[in-house]
Formats: sequence, structure tokens, C-alpha cells
Amino acid sequence: MGAVKGGVNGIEVPEHGLPGHLVAFVGALRTHGVSVGPGETVDAAEVVAALDLLRRRELREGLASALLRRSGQRAVFDTLFDLYFPPALGAATGGFEVPRVEGEDGEPGPVDVDALRELLAELLKNGDEEKLRELARAAVDALGNAGAAGTGVQGANRQPSWSAYQALRLMSPETLLAQIMDGLRQDGDDDFTDEVRRREIRDRIAQFRKLVQDEVRRRSAEQRGRDQVAKTAVPKQAEQVEFLSAYAEQLTQLRRTVHPLARRLASRLAVRRKHAKRGTLDMRRTLRRSMSTGGVPMKPAYRTRRPGRPELVILCDVSGSVAGFSHFTLLLVQALREQFSKVRVFAFVEKTDEVTHLFEPGAELSGVMQRVLREADLTAFDGHSDYGHALGSFAEHWGEAITSKTSLLILGDARTNYRDPNLTVLRRVVSQARHAHWLNPEPRRQWGTGDSAATRYAEAIPMHECRTAGQLADVVEGLLPV
Amino acid sequence: MKATQSPLFGSVDEVTERLAGVGYLASTAVATTVYLADRLGKPLLVEGPAGVGKTELAKAVAAATGSGLVRLQCYEGIDEARALYEWNHAKQLLRITAGQGNEDWDATRDDVFSEEFLLPRPLLTAIRRDEPTVLLIDEMDKADVEVEGLLLEVLSDYQVSIPEMGTVTATRKPFALLTSNSTRELSEALKRRCLFLHLDFPDADLERRIVLSRVPELPGALVDALVRTVRVLRAMELRKVPSVAETIDWGRTLLALGMDTLDDDAVRTTLGVVLKHQSDQVKANAELRLN
Repeated sequence: MGAVKGGVNGIEVPEHGLPGHLVAFVGALRTHGVSVGPGETVDAAEVVAALDLLRRRELREGLASALLRRSGQRAVFDTLFDLYFPPALGAATGGFEVPRVEGEDGEPGPVDVDALRELLAELLKNGDEEKLRELARAAVDALGNAGAAGTGVQGANRQPSWSAYQALRLMSPETLLAQIMDGLRQDGDDDFTDEVRRREIRDRIAQFRKLVQDEVRRRSAEQRGRDQVAKTAVPKQAEQVEFLSAYAEQLTQLRRTVHPLARRLASRLAVRRKHAKRGTLDMRRTLRRSMSTGGVPMKPAYRTRRPGRPELVILCDVSGSVAGFSHFTLLLVQALREQFSKVRVFAFVEKTDEVTHLFEPGAELSGVMQRVLREADLTAFDGHSDYGHALGSFAEHWGEAITSKTSLLILGDARTNYRDPNLTVLRRVVSQARHAHWLNPEPRRQWGTGDSAATRYAEAIPMHECRTAGQLADVVEGLLPV
Repeated sequence: MKATQSPLFGSVDEVTERLAGVGYLASTAVATTVYLADRLGKPLLVEGPAGVGKTELAKAVAAATGSGLVRLQCYEGIDEARALYEWNHAKQLLRITAGQGNEDWDATRDDVFSEEFLLPRPLLTAIRRDEPTVLLIDEMDKADVEVEGLLLEVLSDYQVSIPEMGTVTATRKPFALLTSNSTRELSEALKRRCLFLHLDFPDADLERRIVLSRVPELPGALVDALVRTVRVLRAMELRKVPSVAETIDWGRTLLALGMDTLDDDAVRTTLGVVLKHQSDQVKANAELRLN
């Protein structure tokens, strides 16, 4: 087997050099939740031996093919690959000359931000990715070393500081959109052409932001040590992102995983059902079958069990803090709706209102949370969630929705803003339902702290921690009927 | 068993070149993994959305290397008898009846479980072939979990055990390629034996070249507009995003209708070619301000 030893492609590497480096890389992947076994590490070593190490893109793809087993892991892999196999060391050579204002004593002076923005606008207009990368490199370097014009004088032996936040704030590429659009507009352009162009430019700007962040990560890794940066600056896999701390972009990405997730759950369920199908012997059908073999029961027939499809009632908190979690869970339930005979959805903040009609099959679900907040009657006076009152109004107006066939699912963080949790009503509702579960997006250790009534509610209803999509999938799988 | 046969490709560039020679424009990821799968003698598991050219890749590799393509199309309920081999019961019965009275049982028994009465199915066929072979196991995720277990022996050791006959080992390792739409998670054991390639939509430049190579009559500017629009559509939250195949179809449609620019009228009338759901069309119309 061709394990890597020193001297690949004639370059002398110290003992443990490349293999040791590879093992460190694999270790970093493992810390970020990509499970890589020793067998895969050996594969990766074979890959390294088979490829030309000087061709970085091929090395990246090759290692990915040996180490990854799921497409969602690619973002983590790419970031770590850039850290462990950086394209270059130190400042970029050649490439771009960043415009600067006049410095003292022939030293390069601070960066002329306006001129830099002009340059950036021009590149964004053309969309040459290689050029954009060079600019990101040069800009991060210059801003980190010399600062921007008008932001104070930098000390002579000051450590350069790399900051994506600072660089992006100074260049603020988003604000260039209108300017670029104006520059590109031609006579006779229709709305459609305009819109396509706008989206393209927006994509490029996002791309540029990412380039700057990558570059800052690379430079920081040189300064602060690779392992330090690897620990903090690597994005999480979509399924491990916590609902409560996710930002808009992560939530959008998460929503894209709803359908694959639902499909996976449904097919796992199908397997479980198939294995559970072997039920008791069906005497009548066995005897009837035995007629064709002269009364000898050659082929026994079994009773097939039909999976019960429960009615599902979902009661979800849609107040700001947990809206992302509620939305994702509702989408997941919606994608799994053929597993239930009937789904009714109720939303609440201070009061409860039925929003089932917004989740009808075929309905447009991307802006659905905004519609829930706009169209449903959820607030009474201050718009802070009030679990006690919400449960009360649910029991009062829609109490008949809960029957002995119903599974009840409550989504929320149980933060009552110190109001009455109304446990009596919850107990009554739970006792009427066939099953009842509470999914809480907060980590378990925070239950019952501050205004959280989670521990008190947990006495009345089984409460599950659902911080990430992964956890949610596990809980929902457990709830689905076999 | 260690690979003793000479590899099919000499370098990553050669993969790109030869695949292009048969009309498959490969990205770096595709070329690299194909090269590695061949070099390391490992099966290649290709996962990705429908219509990005997973099955095409297997066909292209076969064509580029002059190998025979053996295809196992998986479906729900596929079993050993369909994937590996089966005994030809009818022929065995005939043989036994024909030999009755003339020979003793032992000879008959040895004879009916021999080569002549074996019906090879794709996996066994691929293993036994002497010529270079590409084994395509298509839509692996449609098959039941049990089938995966059956594949493990074939894919890791390139051998098939037939209890009555013994073990058949490959004289020449086939280039194995599995595809999956990821409707379900394949087992870790199977994934571990393969190199993994997530085949996603190509980047703008590659897609442009693909469309041009498939529909060479299209003017360059139109292809450009087409690819840009499709990429914008893919960035939306749609139920079914357009695949490469649909971009090509769109190009053909525009060509057939004699449209040479992609303005809002053209898009509005032909959007159905790329978006197959009514709700997606409504959404795209609204977001791209087509109304």
C-alpha cells in the first residue's frame, strides 16, 4: 500500500512531515463534527501520494473525495483545507496595487478608501473572480498594515491587525450595488434583465465578502497559530447550527435541508415499518392459501398492520426569538404531512390563532412566518410571549381540536416573561391528547433559569431539547408512528 | 488483491482531455476523483441532484477508455437474483430429467451446479469480464438496505462467492461507479469503501461550454444570458431547481422557436421548460418582475 513517506515528487519533507500534517488536518475535521475514520485517513494518504501536490485544486478535490461522506460537510472541509493547505504565505506578491494617500518618508501611506471602492466597483461589474480574490488579498493586507486614510496614524512597530469586520465596513461593498447597476444599465433594458443583473451583482458581493473573510482567516492563522483559528473561525454544518443563535443566512441554508431531511426520515420510517410488519399469523388466510397445496399450509400468511396516521396539532410560539426554530419545524412537519391524517397549526405570541390555511399543501412557504405574524390575531397589548394566556385561549376556542386521536406538539422556549404559566390548562390539554410533546430550542441547562418555565412545564408534558436540526430530526423520528 | 493491471488514465489532465473527447466536459472535481478512483482501484460514489450528469459520467468514462459498460439499475425490491446471479432452474430440471437412469446422482448434482446453468446478472458479469469494464450501479439509494450488504464483497474485494461453485474473483478490476440521489442515507460501511464525489451544478463557465457543446447552433450571447438566468433561478428557494439538462432543453426550445434574445417575453413564454412546478413559476415570475 502506498502510504506517504518522505520525498513526494522529489521534495524532501521531514519525518512525520506530510503524514503528520495530514493527521493534524483530519483531527481538525473531527473536532468540527466530520467523522473521519483511520481507514479514510489512509485513503487520504494514498490520494496525496497519487496526486501532484503542486496542483492545489486537485489536491483539495482529491482529499474531499477520500475524507467526506456527505455533501453538507463541504463548507467545513473547505475552510479547514484553506487553513491547513494555504495557497500562499504572507502578503500577496504582485497582483494589485492598493491606492494609498501620500505617506511620510516614502513609507506606504494609509489606504485611500474611496479609490479602493472605485476599483472594487469596477471589478464587481466585470465579475472576474480571480481579480476579486487578488483585490481581497491586497486590500486586507494594506488595511491591516497601514490602516485607512483618516482613521488615525498607525504606530511604527505596531503589529498588523487583520479584521474582516473592519475591512468590510470600510469598503462596504453592499453600498456599491446601486452605483454598479447604474453603470450597467442600457437603454431598452426591461425589468427582468435588470432583476437578473441585480441578483448577479448581489451574489458577487457576497462572494467578495467571503473572499475577504477567507483571507483574514488565513493571515490570522499565520499570526495566531492555525489551531487557534481552526477552533473558532470555522462555520458549522447546517445540521449543527443552533436555531436560537442562527442568523438569517444560516436559516435560509437550513431551510434548504428540510426536504432532504424529511425524505431521509420518511425512508427510515419505511424501513422500520417493514421490519415491524411481521405480525401475528392470519389463520383464515393461511388456511385459504393451503387449499392450493392440498391442505398443507406451505405459505403462512401474516396479518399486516396498517400504520396508524395520527392527527397532529401543533402549537407554536412565533415570537421573534424562537421564530426560526418554529418555522423550520413547521416546514419539516409539512414535508412529512403524508405521515399524518390531518395537521392543524396554531400560532401564538400572547394569544393563539389558527394558521392551518397558510400551510395547506402547495402553499408558498418561504415567507409564511411573516404572513403568520401579519394575518393572525396574536397580540393583546405588548407583543411579548405569554404562554399562560396563549394556552388558555387555545383551550377556550379550539379545545375540541384535541381528541383521543390527536398528537399534540408544542414548540417554544417556555419563556413566559414572568407571567402565569397556566399549568392547569396545559395538564388538561395533555390529558385529552393521545400523545403530547414539547420541543424546546434552548439548551437543557438553561431550562428554568430566569423567566423560563421549562422545568415546571416539563413536569406536565415530556419536553425535548431541540437545539439543532440534527436533534430535531431525531426527536421527530421518535415521534412518528411505526 | 492489489491492482496489477495498468491504470486507465495517466494524469488528471488526461482524464479531462479524454472525457472531453467523448463530449463530457468535466470539472476539476470530477476529473480528479475519476483519476483517483482508477488509480486507487476504489469504487466511486457520485451523489447529487437529478440532472447533473451522474449517469452520463459513467457512460463517458466507458466511452473514453473503450470499456464495456455493465449497468445495474437499482429499484425498490431488487435482490440477489437480479443483481448477482441466479441458477437456471428450468434448465437444471431438464438436465436432470434427461439424465435419468443413465448416470448416478453425484455426477448429476455436480453437473447441474456448473457454469452452464448459471445466469450471471450485472455484478457477476462485470467481475468475470476480461476486457476493461465500467460497472455502473445506478440509483443505489432506491435499493433496499440489504442490497448494500451484498455489494460490500463485490466492491471491496471484487469477488463473488457462489456457495455451490466457490468464489469468483475478478481477473480485471472493473471501474465501479455508484450513483445516488440521496433519497436515503447509504450505510457507512458502503460509503467507507468508496471515494465520494458530490456532483453539483457546474460553474457558469463550465455550464456555458456544456450548453454550447450540446447545442452548438445557439449564439454565444444567448447562451450567456441563458446560463446567467438559470443560475439566478437556482439561487431562489424553489421546489425543484433547474438542472443542466433543463438548461440545455431551454436552449433547444429557444432555438426551435427562433428566439435570439432572452428578454422578458421569451422567458415568460418558455419558463415552463425549466420550472416544472406551477408554484415555482409563479414565484419566479414575481421575483424576476416578469409580470
